[in-house]
Amino acid sequence: MSARSFHSFARVLAGAAAASSLAACSVVGGSGSPQAATDVVLVTHDSFVLPKPLIRQFESESGYHLVVRASGDGGTLTNKLVLTQGDPNGDVAFGVDNTFATRALDADVFAPYDVTLPPGASQYVLPGDDHRLAPIDNGNVCVNVDTTWFATHHLAAPRSLGDLVRPAYHGLLAVPGATTSSTGLAFLLGTIGRYGDAWPAYWQKLLANGALVTDGWSQAYETDFTQGGGHGDRPIVVSYDSSPADTVPQGSSTSTTKALLDTCFRQVEYAGVLTGAANVPGARAFVDFLLSPAVQKALPESMYVFPVRSGTPLPPTWAKFAVQPRHPFSVSPARITANRDAWLRQWSDLVSR
Amino acid sequence: MTRSSAGRLAALAATAAIPLLVLGVFFVLPVGGMVSRGFVQHGRLDVGGALAVLGRPEIRRAIWFTLWSSLAGTVLSLLLGLPAAHVLHRLDFPGRTWLRALLVVPFVLPTVVVGVAFELLIGESGPLGGLGLDGSPVAIVAGLVFFNASLVIRVVGGAWESLDPRPAEAAAALGASPLRVLRDVTLPALRSAIVSAASVVFLFCATAFGIVLTLGGLRYSSVETQIYLLTNTLLDLQAAAALSILQLAVVVALLVAAARLRRTPDARVGRSRVRLRRASLADLPSLAATGVLLALVVAPLAGLVVGSLRVDGAWSLANYRALQTPGSHQALLVPVTTALMNSLRIAVDATWMSLLLGLTVAALVTRRSRGGGERRLRSVLDGLFMLPLGVSAVTLGFGFLITLGRPPLDLRDSPLLIPVAQALVALPLVVRVLVPVLSGIDDRLRQAAATLGASPSRALLVVDLPVVWKPLLAAAGFAFACSLGEFGATSFLVRDDRPTLPVVIYRLLSHPGDLNYGMALAAAVVLGASTALVMLLVERLRVPSVGTL
Repeated sequence: MSARSFHSFARVLAGAAAASSLAACSVVGGSGSPQAATDVVLVTHDSFVLPKPLIRQFESESGYHLVVRASGDGGTLTNKLVLTQGDPNGDVAFGVDNTFATRALDADVFAPYDVTLPPGASQYVLPGDDHRLAPIDNGNVCVNVDTTWFATHHLAAPRSLGDLVRPAYHGLLAVPGATTSSTGLAFLLGTIGRYGDAWPAYWQKLLANGALVTDGWSQAYETDFTQGGGHGDRPIVVSYDSSPADTVPQGSSTSTTKALLDTCFRQVEYAGVLTGAANVPGARAFVDFLLSPAVQKALPESMYVFPVRSGTPLPPTWAKFAVQPRHPFSVSPARITANRDAWLRQWSDLVSR
Repeated sequence: MTRSSAGRLAALAATAAIPLLVLGVFFVLPVGGMVSRGFVQHGRLDVGGALAVLGRPEIRRAIWFTLWSSLAGTVLSLLLGLPAAHVLHRLDFPGRTWLRALLVVPFVLPTVVVGVAFELLIGESGPLGGLGLDGSPVAIVAGLVFFNASLVIRVVGGAWESLDPRPAEAAAALGASPLRVLRDVTLPALRSAIVSAASVVFLFCATAFGIVLTLGGLRYSSVETQIYLLTNTLLDLQAAAALSILQLAVVVALLVAAARLRRTPDARVGRSRVRLRRASLADLPSLAATGVLLALVVAPLAGLVVGSLRVDGAWSLANYRALQTPGSHQALLVPVTTALMNSLRIAVDATWMSLLLGLTVAALVTRRSRGGGERRLRSVLDGLFMLPLGVSAVTLGFGFLITLGRPPLDLRDSPLLIPVAQALVALPLVVRVLVPVLSGIDDRLRQAAATLGASPSRALLVVDLPVVWKPLLAAAGFAFACSLGEFGATSFLVRDDRPTLPVVIYRLLSHPGDLNYGMALAAAVVLGASTALVMLLVERLRVPSVGTL
C-alpha cells in the first residue's frame, strides 16, 4: 500500500470512529421507553395542547402517566382509529368531531362509558350516540373578514354566504379545501346546511367569483389572508369564530378581524374510551379529566375552542372578540354519514375542473 | 447448475438476507397489509371491483396529469441539471463547493417548507404575484424541478468527476468540436448515470405529493394526491389499493426499462486525478443554464430568509430568538431547538442504517455475475430496493399502523421505527450514488490483486475502498440530509413529545399567530442551513488526490 492510499485509509478509519461516536448519541443508542402498566395512552390530533402543569396535576392525582400520540388532523385520526379497531394504538381518543364521528361509531371504535357530563354539555352530545362519545369542546367554522381592509377600501364587508358570490367580492376569498382539511369540510357542510341539495350551484358561483381553494387552513389564513402571518392579499377567509381574538394588535383594544356569524358551521370534538383499550380505568379517568373545570378553562388558550361546561370563565380577549353564533348551520349526523363521501367526491370534481 | 454456481447463489442470498428482511418488514408487510385490505371486500377477494376504479374519469385525469407533469419535470431537471453538473464538477472557479452545497439544499427540504417558500414568491402578494403562476401547472413543474435538478447534479456530477478525461482530450486533440466530444464521448460514458438520475427523478416527480397539493391549490390531482384523498379522507381502501398497485406496476416497468437502457457496458470509470479546468467560451451555454437553475433555487430560498427576518414590517431576529420557546399559545410541546436535536439524533441512525443497507445492496448488484440466472437475480435485487420510491407515504404510514401493532412485530413504539423508515426512503439514493461507481471498477483489478496474493478483504481495501470512499461520504451526507428533511413517513410515526424539525415546522404553520408563522419560517431557514452545512462538509472532506494507487 502506498503512503497515499494508506493516508486515505486512515481517513476512512477516522471517519468510522467519528461515526461510531456519533452513534453513541443516536436514538438507538439512547433508551426507548417501554409501555408501563400505569401508562394511559391518548390518541389525538395534531392540535392537541394542554398546559404542562395541568397534565402533571392529572398524573399526580390519578397515578397514571399520560402518553400523547398525535395522529394527523381530525379525519386522519378517525381513519387511523377505524383501521386499528379492536387493536387500538392507545386507550383513549380525543379529537374526533361531528363531521367524522359517525364513521368511528359505525366501526365500533369506541366502548360505552356512562360519563357524568358537566352542566351544559348534554346539548352537544352526538344525536343517536349511546354513551360512547363525550363532548369536550366546540367551536364554529365561520367566514372571517379583515375589517381594516374593508374600511380602507371603503367597501362594506360581506355578511352572509350569499354575499360571497356578489361581484363586489370577486377574488377576495381564500378557503381551505374540503378534501384536505377538516376546516374546509366543515365549511362545505355549512354551505350544504344553508343551500341543501342546491349546494353545487352555490359552489360553482363561489369558484366563478374567484374563490381561492388552498390545501389547508394554514395556507388560507397564514399565507393568503391579509391579517395572517404572511400578510396575503385576500381580506376574506374561512376560519373560526375564535380567530378574531388572535388579531388584536399589541396595545390595541380592538380586533382587526371579525367572524361573520351568519356563515357558521358548528364543530364539536369528542373523547371516548377505545374498544380493546389496555388501560380502561385510565382511559375513563382521562375523559373525566378533560371535562374537569380546570381543563375546560384552559381550552380556549390551548386549542382555540370553547368549553362545553357552562359557567366556565373565558379569557378577556375571548369574552370581547370571540363571539359565538346563535344559529349556526347544521347537517344531521345521519345525513353526513349517508352522503359525506359522495359530497366530497362531487366537491372535488367541481374544484378540479 | 454446477456446485460452485449454486454455492455462489447461496452466498448471494445470505448477503442479501439482512437488507431483504428489513425491506420485508418495513415495506412489503405494511404496503401488502393496506393493499390486501382494499382487495378484500366483505370477506371476499374482489380484484375486479378494485381495478374497475381505474376507469373512473377523475382517476383517469389524475393518471394523465401525473404522466405529463412528471415527464416535464424530468426533462427540465435534466436540461438544467446536466449543464450544472458539468459546471460544478469539471470547471474550476471560486465558490464552487459553496454553490454545490447550495444547489443540493432544495432536494432535502420538506415540501411544507418549499410550499411556503414558493407561496411567498408567486403568491398573490409576492414579488412574482403578477405572473399569475399561483395554482398553475407551471408552478407545479417549477416546484418539481426545484426539488429534483439537484439530484441530477449529484448523481451525474459524481460520475462525471471520476470520468477519465483522456478519451475526451484525445478526441479534442484529433479535432473534434466540443459539442461533438460531448455527444460522442462524454455523454455515452455518462449514460448509465444519466439514465439512473432520470429514472429516479421521474419517480420522485410522479410521487410528489406536497408540491402538487400546495402549489396546485387542489385544482390538479395526481395519482399520489388521489391515493391520499381516497385513503385519508374517504377511507376508500379499494380504490386506493387499485391506484397503489398501478403505481407499483409503473415503477417496475420504469425500472425494467431503465435497466435495459443501462445495460450497455459503461466506459470504465477511471481513477485518474481529476483535473478541473477554468471556464472557457465554450462553457457559456452550460454556465447560462446553471444561472437559470441558480435563480430558480435561490429566489424561493431568499424569500424564505427575508420572510424569517421581518417582524411587523421591520428587520428583526425575534423569530430566531423565539426558537427556544414553545411558540405563542404553546403551539409546541417542545421548543424548536429540542426538535432540531431530535432530528439530528434520528438522522445519525438513519444514515448508518441506509449506508449499511445501501452498501450491501450496491455491492451485491455490481459484482460480476457468472451466468444469466445470477445476473437476473442481481437485477431483480437492484429493482426491489428501488420500490419504496414508488409507494405513497400515506399507504406506508397506515400500513405501519395496521401491520406492526401486534406481537411479534409490536414496533409502533420502537424508537427504531422512524430511523428505519427514513433509511428506506434514502436507500434508493444511496444505492444509485454507489452503483455507478462500484460498477465502474474493473473486476480485473480485483483479479490482479488476487493473483498477486491479496486476500478478498485486502483486495476490497486496495481496489474498492479508494474509489468508493468519496462517493460513500457523499451518500452518507445525502442520507443524513434526507433524514433531516423527511416529512411524509415521519409525520405518521413521530411521537408528540419527540418531534423532528419538519414536524414542528408543520405544526407551527397550522397554529394561528404571527409569531408562530415567523418561527416556522425561521425554523425552515435553520433546517435549510443545517442541510447546506452537511452537504458543505461532505464537499470539504473530499480530497482530490484520493484514489491514486
